[in-house]
Formats: sequence, structure tokens, C-alpha cells
Amino acid sequence: MIRIAVLFSMLVLVTGCSSSATWGWYVINPMTPQGWVNVRFLINGMGNTILISVIAAVISICLGLVVALPALAERRWLRIINRIYVEFVRSIPLLPMLFWVFYGLPIIFKSMGLNIPIEPFWGAIITLAISDSAFTAEIFRGGIQSIARGQTEAAQTVGLNYFQTMRYVIMPQAIRRILPPLANQFIYIVKMSAFASVIGMQELTRRANELVVTEYRPLEIYSLLIVEYLVLVLIISAGVRWLERRMGSDERGR
Amino acid sequence: MSQYAIEMIDVDKWFADFQALKRINLTVAPGERVVVCGPSGSGKSTVVRCINQLEQHQSGTIRVNGVDVGSEAGATAAVRAEVGMVFQQFNLFPHLSVMQNLTLGPMKARGLSRADAEERARKYLDRVRIPEQADKRPGQLSGGQQQRVAIARSLCMEPKVLLFDEPTSALDPEMISEVLDVMVELAEEGMTMVVVTHEMGFARKVADKMVFMDDGEIVEHGPPQQFFEAPKSRRCQKFLSQILQH
Repeated sequence: MIRIAVLFSMLVLVTGCSSSATWGWYVINPMTPQGWVNVRFLINGMGNTILISVIAAVISICLGLVVALPALAERRWLRIINRIYVEFVRSIPLLPMLFWVFYGLPIIFKSMGLNIPIEPFWGAIITLAISDSAFTAEIFRGGIQSIARGQTEAAQTVGLNYFQTMRYVIMPQAIRRILPPLANQFIYIVKMSAFASVIGMQELTRRANELVVTEYRPLEIYSLLIVEYLVLVLIISAGVRWLERRMGSDERGR
Repeated sequence: MSQYAIEMIDVDKWFADFQALKRINLTVAPGERVVVCGPSGSGKSTVVRCINQLEQHQSGTIRVNGVDVGSEAGATAAVRAEVGMVFQQFNLFPHLSVMQNLTLGPMKARGLSRADAEERARKYLDRVRIPEQADKRPGQLSGGQQQRVAIARSLCMEPKVLLFDEPTSALDPEMISEVLDVMVELAEEGMTMVVVTHEMGFARKVADKMVFMDDGEIVEHGPPQQFFEAPKSRRCQKFLSQILQH
């Protein structure tokens, strides 16, 4: 199945593009023994890309919700805390933040007498999660604010406290509006996880880089890399659309 | 224990620079039905919203069953537990069934079991005459039905006082009477009610006391007979002539 998919995507590129001097598809031709070894080496990075992205997204969603709630408070200082976090985190580019977490944070830990090594795996997850949480926080804030005030008031008049109101009345309604932008954000995380390659994380992009170094065939290998991300993102999109359909029918209640 | 269900003493309320309520004094005895009317923007909705603290007043005192609503942290929750509210826009929870709308408060805030809460919900759905709609979503009901569900939802909390904030203003004309009928029944059963409405026929039928507000003040109040036959103030005369013309 994978062999055929790779062959097909190669064919598309080959027929679409120029002479045999430019392209050397043998390097990832799944029908030859060495080509198939190379393809498997590349695709094996998929597991880590997915794992990093999913864990980072889960942390980002939890963190985003915690950051978003103060933005909805009446007290001004709570809203200010939210603003500071969002504006600060949102303004840090991912790559510098990754370097700071991976190379800088262990030094801080050491100065505090703690011996906590930052592995590439967790360094990548922490960076992706924090960087993304500023955006998920804004998505949550928008979604929750879009629910009419009357819903909160009605919940209060039947005796619900703040957390019950959020849990049973506001969030179930807000989540339907939050889901599409949140899915967008997840796709963004999957793509940004490629940065983890620079701190040595063995994911899709790192694998491609390593193979390029030994095979000297960047055009073919990076082409396949792009197709790998495309497939991943298309699968996520399909999953989200299925989820939206399920929830959409729920709202209309028919 | 206070002799009044609701007591408002010199209540002032500002929205930023705009003074919405000016020295409001109003008492409601247990079992009394008070109808509040007045032109739009006169502060009548703000009065009922201050009673259950959906809006906070800046000065003066509001007591519900003797409890000062603004006095301490727990007071608002204690007051809301005894005061039901029916909104102009119904404010039903659209993602829940009618039954779930009715049982949410009793189960989560009062700790009733599901069985008890559903039994109570059925009783009040019967009372507002839509027992057959329990499994539908609010969006599948007509406006009149939705407002009756909202009334049942308030009743499920078994409140001592019910507040109505223009309960029929968002309804199509043919649905107004089905909601008013339910409200008249509640009044006849002795529920303490504060009703903001323009439905003067309803007011004549059930009100023990009429309150006319304009520009954030209570301009006139009194028993309905005197209020409708011989309003004292110019503003009240003008208002009544405008809405009773048709």
C-alpha cells in the first residue's frame, strides 16, 4: 500500500517535470531493495512527528483554557495577566524559543541545583505547547465570548456556580465554535514540529535531512517529505470534518 | 425575619456615567403580585435584575426574605436560590433537551437525584401544559412553548419569589396568551411575583400593586384600580394613554 502510494506520487512528479538528469528517483524507489530501505527510514519518523504533535496539542489546549478564563473575568488584573501572557508568548518565534528551552533552560535548572536534562523529545513538546497555547487561549476566549450573556445569567438564576456554568452550559456550546479553529491550530503544530529536527529529534524532517546527507538526493527526498506532511494533514482534516458533522447534527437536535 | 419578601431601600445604580436607578424604594410582601411598567429605558428591567444581583447596585439596600443581597460573598448565592427569573429572550440552554434544561439546576445546585429531579420536572411541565415536549430541544419549540419551559425551569428550583423581565415581549401575538394564562395561574396559587410587562390586561387581572417608572425613578405606585382609573402624574397619564389606545 505504502509502496504504491510512494510510486504514484513519484510518477506524478516525474511526468510533470523535466529530464532524467534532474531527477534520480532510484534513491526512494520502493521497488528496489535499497530504495525501500530508504523509504522505510523516512516514513519511520512519522510516529515521532505524530506523538510530539498530539502531546503538545493536548498540553496546549489545557494551558490555553487556563490562560483564557482570566480574560473573561470582571476583575481587571486578571484580564491583564491574560494579556501579558498572550502578547509575550505570541511574539516569540518558535525556533529561538526551542533553542532557549533546549540549551538555556538546563542551565537555569542547574543553577537552581536541579539536575533535569531536557531531552529533544520533551524540549520540542514544551516549546510547541507553550508557543501554541497563546493562540489556543485566544480561540477559547473568542468562542466563550460568542455565547450570549443570557446563557450565563440563566445558569446563575438556576443556582449554578462559575465552574458548573462553564462545564454544563457555556463550554458544550462554545466547543462547537472552537473546534474548527482549534483543528487549524493542530495542523499548524504538526507542521511546526519539523523544527524539532534542529535539536536532534528523530521525526520526519530530521530523517529526511539525514538521508540527504548520505544519498545526496535532496530534490527527491524532500519531495517525499512534503508528500508525507500532506498525507498527515489530509487525514487530520478528514477527522475534523467527521467530528464537526457529528456535533453539528447534535446542535440542531434533529 | 423581615415581613417583606423583597425590600429595596434608596437603591442607586449607575452604568458608568448613566444613572439607571435613582433612589428606588419598593417593598413586596409575601404572596404579593407587583407589576412594573414604564417606557423603555426607564429602568424597570434593571430593578428586577438588581433584585437577584445580575446587576450590582452602587448604594442603598436590597433585602430578599430579610437577607441583604450585597452584604457578603455567600449572600448572592443564597438569594438566587430563592428567586426565580424568567427572561424576555427565554435563555433556555439550546444544547440540552427540555428535560435536561429543567433538571440541571436541581441536580447540580440542589443535589437532587436524577429520578427526583425528573419527577419534579414532569410535575412543572404538566403545570405549564407541555408534558409531551420533554425530550425535544428548545429550538424545536414555538416561542410560547419555550417561554413556558423557561417558567417551568424556574419553578423546578421551587423559588419563593419569581421575577419576570418582559416575558411576552419577544413572542408572536398569538402566543402571548398561553404564557399569560400560566402566569395568571401561578398568581392565583399565591406565588410572590414581580412582573415587568406592557400587558395591561394581565396587570389589571393579577396585580396587587402597580409601579410606574420613568427615567430611573418610581414615579407612581398604588393599587391597580386607582392606578388605571385615576393616575396622578402627567407622565403616567401619558404612558397609559399611549399603550391603552389600541
